[in-house]
Amino acid sequence: MTVVKEPHGAHGAGEEPLDLSDPRLSRFEIVREGARRDDIEIVTYESQFPGPNTRAEKRIERSVALLFLLAGLLGFVFLIAYIFWPWEYELGHTTSDYYTPVLGISLGLALLAIGFAILTWAKKLLPHEVSIQDRHEAMSTDEDRQIAGQTMLFTADELAIQRRPLLKGAVALGLTPIALAAVAPLVGGLIRSPHKPDHGQDPPLFRTGFDPVPNEGKLVRLTREDGTPIRPEDVSVGGQITVFPGIPHGATNQYADSPTLLIHLRAGDAAAARAATDGDAKNKGAMWGNYVAYSKICTHAGCPASLYEQQTNRLLCPCHQSQFLITENARPIFGPASRRLPQLPITVDEEGYFVATSDYREAVGPDFWERP
Amino acid sequence: MKRRKFDLAAVPGKTAKGLDERLQVATPLRGLLNKVFPDHWSFLLGEIALFSFIVLLLSGVFLTLFFDPSMKEIAYDGAYPALRGTEMSTAYASSLDLSFEVRGGLFMRQMHHWAALLFMASMIVHMARVFFTGAFRKPREANWIIGIALFLLGFLAGFTGYSLPDDGLSGTGLRIASAIMLSIPVVGTWVSASIFGGEFPGELIIGRFYIAHVLLIPGGLLALISVHLGLVFKQKHTQWPGPGRTNSNVVGERMFPRYALKQGGFFMAVFGVISLMAGLFQINPIWLFGPYRASEVSSASQPDWYVMFMDGLVRLMPAWEITLPIGEGYVIPPLFWPAVVGLGALFTVPMMYPFIEARRMKDNKSHHLLQRPRDAPERTGVGAMAFTFFVIATISGGNDVIADKFHISLNAMTWGGRIGLVILPPLAYWLAVRICLGLQQHDREVLAHGVETGIIKRAPDGRFYEVHQPLGPVDDHGHPLPLDYAGWVVPKKMNRLGALAPAVKGFFFPVEKPAEAPVSPGMPPVTAREEREEITSGR
Repeated sequence: MTVVKEPHGAHGAGEEPLDLSDPRLSRFEIVREGARRDDIEIVTYESQFPGPNTRAEKRIERSVALLFLLAGLLGFVFLIAYIFWPWEYELGHTTSDYYTPVLGISLGLALLAIGFAILTWAKKLLPHEVSIQDRHEAMSTDEDRQIAGQTMLFTADELAIQRRPLLKGAVALGLTPIALAAVAPLVGGLIRSPHKPDHGQDPPLFRTGFDPVPNEGKLVRLTREDGTPIRPEDVSVGGQITVFPGIPHGATNQYADSPTLLIHLRAGDAAAARAATDGDAKNKGAMWGNYVAYSKICTHAGCPASLYEQQTNRLLCPCHQSQFLITENARPIFGPASRRLPQLPITVDEEGYFVATSDYREAVGPDFWERP
Repeated sequence: MKRRKFDLAAVPGKTAKGLDERLQVATPLRGLLNKVFPDHWSFLLGEIALFSFIVLLLSGVFLTLFFDPSMKEIAYDGAYPALRGTEMSTAYASSLDLSFEVRGGLFMRQMHHWAALLFMASMIVHMARVFFTGAFRKPREANWIIGIALFLLGFLAGFTGYSLPDDGLSGTGLRIASAIMLSIPVVGTWVSASIFGGEFPGELIIGRFYIAHVLLIPGGLLALISVHLGLVFKQKHTQWPGPGRTNSNVVGERMFPRYALKQGGFFMAVFGVISLMAGLFQINPIWLFGPYRASEVSSASQPDWYVMFMDGLVRLMPAWEITLPIGEGYVIPPLFWPAVVGLGALFTVPMMYPFIEARRMKDNKSHHLLQRPRDAPERTGVGAMAFTFFVIATISGGNDVIADKFHISLNAMTWGGRIGLVILPPLAYWLAVRICLGLQQHDREVLAHGVETGIIKRAPDGRFYEVHQPLGPVDDHGHPLPLDYAGWVVPKKMNRLGALAPAVKGFFFPVEKPAEAPVSPGMPPVTAREEREEITSGR
């Protein structure tokens, strides 16, 4: 209820600090004196109401109280819902579907009610205030700066590293290995060579699950996700199927580079594809009949390029929209991919199942620096 | 023997005295309680980020009690029937359990995710506020840099966080992250192999991301936020120009009683909004995505919104591969440019901006008064340019969804994004600068001639003219004396001058007495300049 109407001169130059032992001082006067000692001038501090106990003030008081009570009620609703509402997941449309929304609504509204109660209290009931505080920009004087600088230089002088070259060299040579030794175990353990042979074979960077060498030299079958092999008649004309290497765990993420798309091209498209394949040094002889197999791992960022458009023979990667033309060695025709999809050379074994005649002839997956 | 009476009322005073005798806290506490904060709605944007971070810490701790960061494959046998029997990683299974078999678990998971999205969003808006008002200028360059580092850490926290459930979508994100690492020249394969512990995906990455997400990154965030707030405290907040406000003072409210109370209420309100979102809006329904399989992805695979700009840049990048014909040949894949160089530049160039601007403007002074965006047209133009770039990149990050929903060709969307990314930012710069100059001119016009009253007069010679209300004193002929621009809102309508009665307040029924003309610090009453000078010189 304190009204201050002395916008300037209240704390003029040379004014004596207030004597705080004076019993006539009101609490606000002490507060204002404290602020002054922090170079803060409380310019305005006045009630938002014309007098005490106005109707407007009472009404705001009531709404603040109401908001707090509402918060309490909603908090109670939250607790009740949390404990008694059926929450365990059941199939179909059940009341448990509403567990999370009920929690959210009750807790959210309860917190909002508390928030608005406090905000209303602060904004509508507390006196309006304008205070001015000095920034004290230039804190240190030139002398202080000089003293600090000279103190630091003095330390350097005392150590005299400049005129003791022996110590300089010894410190450098002595501390560098120690610093490296501290870092080495933290970082060194993480470093893995991508080129280290794995179990006596090529590094996995250039190898997929279709490599016959780890499979005891036997050609690796193309299988479905459940491990069953595939016959040519299993794929209808124009159809496609995702195949995996027919080895243990071949369809798991352990062989994340191996998923392959086996496509049964229509006769006309197949002729075009064969002409393109046989005209290419690396892909020569990789097709079997009208069937062609390309790596499903996009050469751009490694997503599975899984959307096959039968009419145009395009393969689209849904991550960054690279498009590959299957009938032209899966060369990229749109989007950010710059490299064609590697082709898996396939044939049919004596039992009539698809096998890979060798591993991929190019590195599979996203591009990298040392790709040959 | 007289028993000493225990005086309950004296306990707080005694305790306080005891504390001060031991720790000497009274003097610094007085300064703290008295600290003056300027008030404006735009100063609260950073607070939203801070409050979301607190919610993130609280909900995140709850989630760690149930989440198992293991990539061991198991067959799911939980409450969600559609996935029963499916092979999946333990991390994914425990995330499903967290959603279905922990009471209120889904609520907490969604709260964590929404708080993260709000954290990033409020950081960006806060950063825009700081940029467009010039709050980053000397002496606050360090805090600007820390702010950008906070955004980068938030970005990493978000990415590691949504990778943890190991669902179909997050696995795809990890795959792309691995491809981005592979694209780095010379060391790419080494970086990827070292981080994944071998070839993608390996069996370590979720565990490593987990410790990064729950300890290393939050630790960094907490440390930087402390420094950020400490610097705001030490350097004191900037303020808008206005009556009595100079470069060497702070005009506002003391921290107590009102300011701190308002902050507390605002925190509760932010927390409440996050809770409502967590309960009502589904986010990241991992059970629909299934476990990660290297061979499966669906269309409309989008990252969280603050990563979408990067995905968009990757999508728009033309297939420019650089081949170095040395030995067997070396490759720099096109992915390298947007994802590594682009992202690096997007974080480092803004860090340099305060110094670039100071150098360009030959401005060596400390600034504590904010500038209205119109008063720094070039900076506003640069900001508009950056914002346009960000928006186009973000939209392009979802261009497949837009193409699908609006039946636009996907290739047309990509080309539109490519062309837009080059053409629209400069256009935005030009437009923003022109708008700024126009607004400046309008301000000066009103200061020189006064406010348009809408009253048309006809002179005896038949001439029509509009009466202008001068904002300051007039000369002998009744023409207004030109006023200087003070860097703050110039009233342009008669009701801002009090010429019209202010609207009667009250929602259901009006308050008995209409409020006086606005007096909040953000909307100062119009006063003549001499008075303002008196207040300052009186200090």
